[in-house]
Amino acid sequence: MSKSAPVRTPTDLTSSVAGGIGASPQRPDGNLKVRGEFAYASDLWHEDMIWGATLRSPHPYARIRSIDITEALKVPGVYAVLTHSDVPGKNLYGLEHPDQPVLAVDVVRYQGEPVALVGADHPETARRAMERIAVDYEVLEPVVDMEDAAHGRGTPLHPGGNLVRHVPIRHGDQQVTAEVVVTGEYEVGMQDQAFLGPESGLAVPGEDGGIDLYVATQWLHVDQKQVAQALGLPLDKVRLTLSGVGGAFGGREDLSMQVHASLLALHTGKPVKMVYNRLESFYGHVHRHPAKLYYEHGADRDGRLVYVKCRIYLDGGAYASSTPAVVANAATLGVGPYDVPNATVDCWGVYTNNPPCGAMRGFGAVQAGFAYESQMDKLAAAVGLDPVEVRIRNAMHEGSLMPTGQVVDSAAPVAELLRRVKDKPLPPVNRTEPVDIREMPGGASNTTHGEGVVRGIGYAVGIKNVCFSEGYDDFSTARVRVQVIGGELSALAHTAACEVGQGLVTIMQQIVRTELGVERVTIAPMDTTIGNGGSTSASRQTYVTGGAVRSACQTVRGRLFELAARKLGVDAVGLSLHGGKLVSDLHGVLADLVDVLGDDVVDETVEWRHRATESLDPVTGQGNAHVQYGFAAHRAVVDVDVELGLVKVVELDCAQDVGKALNPEAVLGQIQGGSAQGLGLAVMEEIQTSGGKIRNPSFTDYLIPTVLDMPPMSIDVLELADPHAPYGIRGVGEPPTISSTPAIVAAIRAATGLALTRAPVRPEHITGT
Amino acid sequence: MDFLIPSTFAEALAIKAERPEVVPIAGGTDVMVELNFDHRRPTALLDLTRIAELTEWAPSENLLRVGAGVPYVRIIDELGDRLPGLAMASRTVGSPQIRNRGTVGGNLGAASPAGDTHPVLLACDAQVEVASVRGTRMIPAAEFYLGVKRNALEPDELIAAVHLAPAAAPQQFSKVGTRNAMVIAVCSFAVALHPEQGRVGAAVGSAAPTPRRALAAEEFLAGELSDAGLWESPKPLLDSVRRRFGELAAEAASPIDDVRGTAAYRRHALAVLARRTLGWAWQDYCGTGETRSQSCA
Ligand SMILES: Cc1cc2nc3c(=O)[nH]c(=O)nc-3n(C[C@H](O)[C@H](O)[C@H](O)COP(=O)(O)OP(=O)(O)OC[C@H]3O[C@@H](n4cnc5c(N)ncnc54)[C@H](O)[C@@H]3O)c2cc1C
Repeated sequence: MSKSAPVRTPTDLTSSVAGGIGASPQRPDGNLKVRGEFAYASDLWHEDMIWGATLRSPHPYARIRSIDITEALKVPGVYAVLTHSDVPGKNLYGLEHPDQPVLAVDVVRYQGEPVALVGADHPETARRAMERIAVDYEVLEPVVDMEDAAHGRGTPLHPGGNLVRHVPIRHGDQQVTAEVVVTGEYEVGMQDQAFLGPESGLAVPGEDGGIDLYVATQWLHVDQKQVAQALGLPLDKVRLTLSGVGGAFGGREDLSMQVHASLLALHTGKPVKMVYNRLESFYGHVHRHPAKLYYEHGADRDGRLVYVKCRIYLDGGAYASSTPAVVANAATLGVGPYDVPNATVDCWGVYTNNPPCGAMRGFGAVQAGFAYESQMDKLAAAVGLDPVEVRIRNAMHEGSLMPTGQVVDSAAPVAELLRRVKDKPLPPVNRTEPVDIREMPGGASNTTHGEGVVRGIGYAVGIKNVCFSEGYDDFSTARVRVQVIGGELSALAHTAACEVGQGLVTIMQQIVRTELGVERVTIAPMDTTIGNGGSTSASRQTYVTGGAVRSACQTVRGRLFELAARKLGVDAVGLSLHGGKLVSDLHGVLADLVDVLGDDVVDETVEWRHRATESLDPVTGQGNAHVQYGFAAHRAVVDVDVELGLVKVVELDCAQDVGKALNPEAVLGQIQGGSAQGLGLAVMEEIQTSGGKIRNPSFTDYLIPTVLDMPPMSIDVLELADPHAPYGIRGVGEPPTISSTPAIVAAIRAATGLALTRAPVRPEHITGT
Repeated sequence: MDFLIPSTFAEALAIKAERPEVVPIAGGTDVMVELNFDHRRPTALLDLTRIAELTEWAPSENLLRVGAGVPYVRIIDELGDRLPGLAMASRTVGSPQIRNRGTVGGNLGAASPAGDTHPVLLACDAQVEVASVRGTRMIPAAEFYLGVKRNALEPDELIAAVHLAPAAAPQQFSKVGTRNAMVIAVCSFAVALHPEQGRVGAAVGSAAPTPRRALAAEEFLAGELSDAGLWESPKPLLDSVRRRFGELAAEAASPIDDVRGTAAYRRHALAVLARRTLGWAWQDYCGTGETRSQSCA
């Protein structure tokens, strides 16, 4: 139905790699990316395309008195200038609650909120036209305090008030007391996903009045639904194809330019490309919720936990996004991977006029993890135990009870992970003259030759739920086709699950190869011509889409056996596939599959679900809400220049259980990347806001770790199969992000003796200036 | 937007005289960022990268003349022994990519208070050679920086080179950033020993509207060193002297609170940087001769 597909779609992702499960074939796109030749969504091109641009609110909170587009329309080269009145469908969208306007109507609730769109022949023309749109704002006092927002204080920003969700958990005896009590207040700053490929895509108007959208996203079908609603089109007229994604980490779960480009395309009848620049990107996606956390741990004199009480506040900013689910995670995982007989947890997610926050790797578990692990160190000090020992004494294990009442029914090797990182050899102290300054705090900047440098060691362990929770119907759709092409047996796997850099395309090929014994496996472009693949988030794609692909392969295999039985007159029972051959248990090799198939094509599509979960009781927070739990532990070794407050993370070792490493190299990559992102949150990454405005919307001042900040890692990968999961796998992507931050901060505390209750730790926090 | 590509300096100066609004571009590591952020929309760019005169360095009388377009990587590789302070500052600039492109001329042209070469140029008494069709003049570094991102260039002038004496004694540069590489200075400090003049050059960066000499610190130290005859028979500096030097250096700053750090932190860190860099430079000075190393042992 579309006019024509744009050039430079990332066909690179679909080429074949070698190896079955357990091997580590190279990514099909690896070399291209290293050489700078991979086609990202920002490289999309269409001959007669025009460019879209978004006019955004400069104010965190303001009433819009009027919008005048007259002058903008006069700029030569401008095709369209659109405002909320041009949105044909529902001018509200959102992942869980549709509360966010496609284009602001009479109020803006955050700095950067889209107000108008321009379509023009050149990005520069669009920019000039935007400057000529006159928006008359009545600036209002922004709501910025998350605790006020949670407790009904301050201006309500949405009809139902400023509370998005409150999750209480009541577990065990609520009146219990303990001999040893430690309390703490913690803060976590707003982290950004900092993906390198900015939001971008191309919308091509179709001849049927529909739209073809090529876009970098994490979830095609949830985009499709929201775009269709906003455009007032039936689902089948909104067709999405995944384009090259330059990182995601949660920041592409919400819509960015999808509806905007489509609106412009439908209005102008022309293909419309939109690419955010770095500045716009900081306003164009949600961030990690900043948090304020109050904790009290009660224990006996041996350090065994008696109770945990905590109150967690998460600032969701102007719109709900995935705040409700983030709140549930922070609450249900709020006491950490420990046996806690009694727990009182309350977590609030709120609306403010701060930048909208939503999904980011670790998703609520990160904020809680910083607090409960800081508390475990305090407890260790209070009872005079080693920090690892106090954790091991309380470590949860298979069969443990979560505060939600859910039994942990597969491996939970928390104590083992801690022992492993503890037992690793420690690095030597770098004090030999002349020192290599790159190994010192301050690195290349030549701030110390050893003066003021103190070493510290810290430990942490974390817990993360894998897959979607709370009764969500979480599934993926996979289609597998086997046929003979050019005399060679070939398999094709097709899903709508997004490859965002994590390596799903490699995993899918490995699964097909293993299940069907077919060497030549290709992956169809990810698009909405097939059913929902679910979100690339919650560490779930290898589990759910991997499960769907395996299941489709099993169905295909059954069909192949039936075909063989019919054609060869053998019994369909006791057959198997090996290296392209049909093998019988009794008679050995029966035939080449190529010959069995002939001109036949076996093509099967399945929907696959993991076991169901339940919602949480709204009063007690009880319920089997999660599918699976993942665990990782870190030991951080740091050198701190205590006079300048600068930190060098010397080592960041990790142990993690992954159930089964389908692609061991990819598993290591996830653990390294997740740990680096946690390091960023520990010592540098923060979107700083003031009165709702972002103070550092650029990579000049939003710092992410470089190779001189991230140390080499020694990683232990455990493979304790989860009997409920395909191949026994356990989601890998998020757990390392949770424990890395508290381990590093604990190490800085050990070096400095300071309380350090806020992440990221800034030099001023260490020097006290 | 025009892109003008002169092949000689004279040609470039003629263009600049005729069209003073054109924006020179050397490595482009500042200019391209400004264009990208839409902070600047010049009518024309004047490309200086094809001008051989700008990309050379050579001895000139007792000094070294370093062309404005010599990239950092060459200063590090080719001049590290003769201009150690400038080379140290160059090593801390950006990433390898930025050091391949970026130039001292560009650092001076941008005149950012956070530019890394500025404190070194001040501490080393560098002269900036600027030229126009009207002629050439030398501007002492101390008179070059006029305000935040403002320098002493006339609209028709271009920076031709910087002139510095080859180091006769140790120099040091140090900067604080909240990342261990590729970071803009939260504050920085340079020190250069000038035994032949019986004084020490000292300057702070990223802690005032312009890079600044730390004059009180310089004077204090000159007095301490000559009173105790330390230039002739060097001995380790007293802790109290290094500390006082640090305090005075910090007092030269007038820092602000911003997204990179607080004013109080900058003052504190400058005192530490000044104390440490002086210590390293002086220790090297003690260690440069047989007798000296004994006396400093
Ligand atoms: C990622 C990144 C990291 C950076 N890190 C650092 C850092 O750590 N420390 C630091 O100090 N800087 C840093 N910078 C800034 C920049 O690299 C330096 O200021 C560099 O010295 C600029 O040199 P250039 O040749 O690229 O200048 P250009 O960008 O070409 O020019 C800079 C300015 O100088 C003018 N100009 C250039 N040459 C002349 C001339 N001959 N006569 C008159 N005017 C001239 C230009 O018109 C422009 O205004 C960084 C920049 C980037 C992009």
